[in-house]
Amino acid sequence: MTKEGLLEERIEEWRQYFRRRQTVSSVDVEELEDHLRSQVEALREAGLDEDEAFLVAVKRLGDLDSVSREFAREYSERLWKQLVVSPGAGASSRSAQRDTALAVGLAIAAAVALKIPELFGLRMHGTGANESFYLRNIGLLVLPFLAVFFALKRDLNRIGWCWLAVPFVAAASIANLLPFEPSGHTLVLTAIHLPVALWLAIGFAYAGGRWRGHEERMNFVRFSGEWFIYYTLIALGGGILIAFTVFIFHAIGLNAEPLVERWVGPCGAAGAVLIAAWLVESKQSVIESMAPVLTLLFTPLFAVLLLIFVATMIWTGNAIDVGREVLIGFDLLLVLVLGLLLYAISARDPQAPPGKFDVLRLLLVVCALLVDALALWAMVARTSEFGVSPNKTAALGLNLLLLVNLGWSAVLYARFLAKRVPFARLERWQTAYLPAYAVWAWIVAALFPIVFN
Amino acid sequence: MDIDKDLVAASATPLVLAILTEGDSYGYAIIKRVGEVSGGELQWTDGMVYPLLHRLERRGLVDAVWGRSETGRRRKYYRLTRAGAEHLTGQRRQWQLVDKAMRGVWLTVADPASQPG
Repeated sequence: MTKEGLLEERIEEWRQYFRRRQTVSSVDVEELEDHLRSQVEALREAGLDEDEAFLVAVKRLGDLDSVSREFAREYSERLWKQLVVSPGAGASSRSAQRDTALAVGLAIAAAVALKIPELFGLRMHGTGANESFYLRNIGLLVLPFLAVFFALKRDLNRIGWCWLAVPFVAAASIANLLPFEPSGHTLVLTAIHLPVALWLAIGFAYAGGRWRGHEERMNFVRFSGEWFIYYTLIALGGGILIAFTVFIFHAIGLNAEPLVERWVGPCGAAGAVLIAAWLVESKQSVIESMAPVLTLLFTPLFAVLLLIFVATMIWTGNAIDVGREVLIGFDLLLVLVLGLLLYAISARDPQAPPGKFDVLRLLLVVCALLVDALALWAMVARTSEFGVSPNKTAALGLNLLLLVNLGWSAVLYARFLAKRVPFARLERWQTAYLPAYAVWAWIVAALFPIVFN
Repeated sequence: MDIDKDLVAASATPLVLAILTEGDSYGYAIIKRVGEVSGGELQWTDGMVYPLLHRLERRGLVDAVWGRSETGRRRKYYRLTRAGAEHLTGQRRQWQLVDKAMRGVWLTVADPASQPG
């Protein structure tokens, strides 16, 4: 490489480094670059070689942090402006516009798709509503659009599209060909597990077909967490919108509730699935992820809660009263702890040495395992009182699945704290285990209706 | 010589505005000029002049336009506005007053550094 090329490369690096500072706009960087080049030229004329000139010029410009801080003081609004969707200039803004159009188009399509069955007399609300149909098909009416969104965004090839279609076709057959009793347990189980299975199938599109990759899987986990947060926020705003709609129409003597219930609510909920995904996609480089922040906040709180709970159980000698709801409750607790662990892992620098928070996380996981083990033990002890029902089997299966995941995580975490294994092992274990959940979701959704009917 | 940070900050605005009365200029040239007029004694952190220039622009004391350097590179030039010139006049009076007061006080107070040892 020529010397001239080397200088260009170093200036390019410097520019990239500066651009990451949100308070320094690209126009400012350009101005600073002109300064840097002028300085380098002057120093070279004074006899310095290129390397020296560059280093001296950068040094004279001042340390990056204080210069950006000075810019921040001048442009405090820039720190906030970044929170609005503001794509960069040029080509990237065109692709951002395309994404926006795609997301909005698909969101409308999802909202419309949700109402299409009504044309065939399958009513969602009111008397004669076919609740069973919507329970079984809700995921199928909305999630394909999300899959298409990512398939288009990632430029999935033709074979990829075919693979992507397989789970959706399978889900459609499961939901509509298997025998379900109108209000049976297996119907509810399928209604819960099919969307989960389809969501994981969307991971295939999200990863652009490279679903085996560790990084791709981790990114999908990150996406799922952020999506959940955005969706919750949108739902919150939607709730306020709906409340005001009802309120202002009520003020002029009109009842808007049927309209809201039949159209605004369901269509908004369906469209928001796409909009939330699009927001996560377009914001991922701009603001810090929310999930790890929430994780940081709640990990200590949940650790304390579980510690107190275990202590109370020991103190009072009260055993866990095991019913189906209790088991489902403990399943959810494990899911939550897994989430806290997963999002902490996803945001942690794998190179960082063990810290205080790592100990805390291990404590949280161990407490959760302990509590869950107590619940399972109580259940086994009274197993004769329970018959085998689809609900209990599903809850128990998920519990064991989570127990294995968290149990081995705890072992790896402990070994990491003892500096026996690198942190990456723990990450890889989490992503390697993801397909187990997909398999289980498909088993419950597809096999339980056959086995238990 | 190391000059107190507050003093640098206070003198930076009139210094930049005064340099701009000599004609339109840009960041690098302004810093070079500061070095010249102070005999190389006044050294600013180069990067800091840009937030200052932007602040002056926002206050309407200078105008900024993008132009080209001799080698064709994009470069941002600054020009003193009428408001800037007025501000500079006010600043000049204030500094002269301070300068006069300081001179008066230096005469009566001995400078330990200049005493022959």
